[in-house]
Amino acid sequence: MSRVGRNIHVSVDRLRQLAHRDARPRKIKADAGTCPKCDSHFSADEMQRNLRVCTACGHHFPVSARERLEQLGAPGGYEEMWPDLRAADPLQFTDLKPYTERIAEAEKATGMSEAIVCADLEVRHAPAVAAVMDFAFMGGSMGAVVGEKFARACDRAAQRGVPLIVVAASGGARMQEGTLALMQMAKTVIALDSLAAAQVPVIVVLAHPTTGGVWASFASLGDVTYAEPGALIAFSGPRVIEETTREVLPADFGRAERQLENGQVDAVVDRRLLAERIGRVLHILRRPDDDGPTSTQAPALQWAQGGAQWMGDAVQALPRKVMDRIRPGSPDGEDAG
Amino acid sequence: MTAPRRGGGFVRKATGKVRRASQSPDEDLWASVQMARHAERPYTLDYITRLCSDFEEVHGDRLYGDDAALVAGFGRYHDRPTAFIGQQKGRDTNERTFRNFGMAGPEGYRKAMRVMEIANRLGMPVVTLIDTPGAFPGASAEERGQGGAISRSIQMMWRLDVPTVAVVIGEGSSGGALGLGVADRVLMLENSTYAVISPEGASAILWRDASKARQAAQAFKPTAANCYRWGVVDAVVPEPEGGAHTDHDQAAGILDQYLFRTLTELGAIPASERRRARRERFRRLGPLRDPEGGIGMATGRETPPPG
Repeated sequence: MSRVGRNIHVSVDRLRQLAHRDARPRKIKADAGTCPKCDSHFSADEMQRNLRVCTACGHHFPVSARERLEQLGAPGGYEEMWPDLRAADPLQFTDLKPYTERIAEAEKATGMSEAIVCADLEVRHAPAVAAVMDFAFMGGSMGAVVGEKFARACDRAAQRGVPLIVVAASGGARMQEGTLALMQMAKTVIALDSLAAAQVPVIVVLAHPTTGGVWASFASLGDVTYAEPGALIAFSGPRVIEETTREVLPADFGRAERQLENGQVDAVVDRRLLAERIGRVLHILRRPDDDGPTSTQAPALQWAQGGAQWMGDAVQALPRKVMDRIRPGSPDGEDAG
Repeated sequence: MTAPRRGGGFVRKATGKVRRASQSPDEDLWASVQMARHAERPYTLDYITRLCSDFEEVHGDRLYGDDAALVAGFGRYHDRPTAFIGQQKGRDTNERTFRNFGMAGPEGYRKAMRVMEIANRLGMPVVTLIDTPGAFPGASAEERGQGGAISRSIQMMWRLDVPTVAVVIGEGSSGGALGLGVADRVLMLENSTYAVISPEGASAILWRDASKARQAAQAFKPTAANCYRWGVVDAVVPEPEGGAHTDHDQAAGILDQYLFRTLTELGAIPASERRRARRERFRRLGPLRDPEGGIGMATGRETPPPG
């Protein structure tokens, strides 16, 4: 990593931007490597190395589900679960194009089979099951396949006795599957309760954007919820609100930072610190015996037993002088029995 | 799935004489949407006052405020205590504004959850009546956690030990409808609609043109008969000839019969079994292609229900 090189790269772009702020029409069409906020350019491998965060201004670019899994803890690859589930077309739906055509296009453009990828994952040595959404596949929308895969991921996490990590990035329910897409909200919320039964937590990361039926179902039910900087998090998007209520919304409406103030998320976490943060919270939440779902002991009992043992050891380790003072009736320090 | 254009024999058999005005499926679907929103159609309180011999409405979520778009309370239904919850629309301009067009905010769903918790504790069944164009889209609602309120309402409905019945009585659109829709049995009035979003919303989003609502309705096919065929609802409740708006008493009378029978059936099932079945019911919804066999398209239904 050449620190010098990076700094030069950044400062040139920022100077250029400052010098030409409004006068210069944008000549280069914004591609994957051009920051929409500060116009810095990055090559493809730089983007990947920077975790798709602009090193100049911190803008967070979208990340595909696969790259996200690699970022979080599977740089050597991972095995995708249930990759063969495909959307059906129960309504024979056509808007401007038939639904089947839209799916085929999305598959071709993204190389994915659906808007969610599930895999076993280790984040900083903490085992977990991950369900990661991909906004590039039909706006990350939730249809029957996303609902089913999510539900299976919950079951798997419960079975293995490990936490579930959810990365949400979705416009909401998939309209092309109509009422049945709406039902996936119920399905995913119900599936989350398998985790409750297995006493394992769910960590939710809200990427840009998390809206509609996904925010109004599993994405808002994280035990710990992180949001990426600048992510739009809302049930109704700004356009819908402005059209319906004629309200004039502030520029930061529904953004992660604002939602932190509103008490809707636990923290806004920079992507470059995300794996660390998730790993840390997973280690904090790890149960004392860590023997997974086979544990039949209630946590309170585990505490009591562990605590008693610790106190016993601690008392034994006290200096003789202190022992004498806390043992009434044995001034010579002999065990009063 | 070869979908018959009309909603199966059950609907017509049950009423004997319901006729659809027009022949083209497009017109038909738009007529359904219009019917579901008919200004004279009975609303939640119209049903509750007719179903219950007495009703005590409660107000407020004990956190922030009261939401008039969603009514909740305890009723005496067939001489038994029963919780009733539903979105409420208004009939004239003032009332519509007061009721916020039946678009509930987070306070509404939190009030609903408060009533559900009480019902669960006291062992009374919960009946929800769904009639909303969607949850309220507003900046204030977002700030106070509209998404989390709906998801938690869904979660709470699924966790209830008491029997639960949801009835789509008019318009059921978006997460705002589903927030009250996770029940042991979901019934749907014959001329009501149940969709992922209102036709206007879909039109703006999918066609990028607010005037394509008719096409959206046609694409969503959100009728009771279709929802029954998809397995989204368990029974279609017939309406008086010409629609529920022609005779509120009769509409409530027919709903009463279905509701009472459903609650009686559910009451006979042990709570743990009811919850297991409720989970299964929602878990299997959503046809997809699974090369390993799995759930496949098995959820589609073609045959009418018994009775």
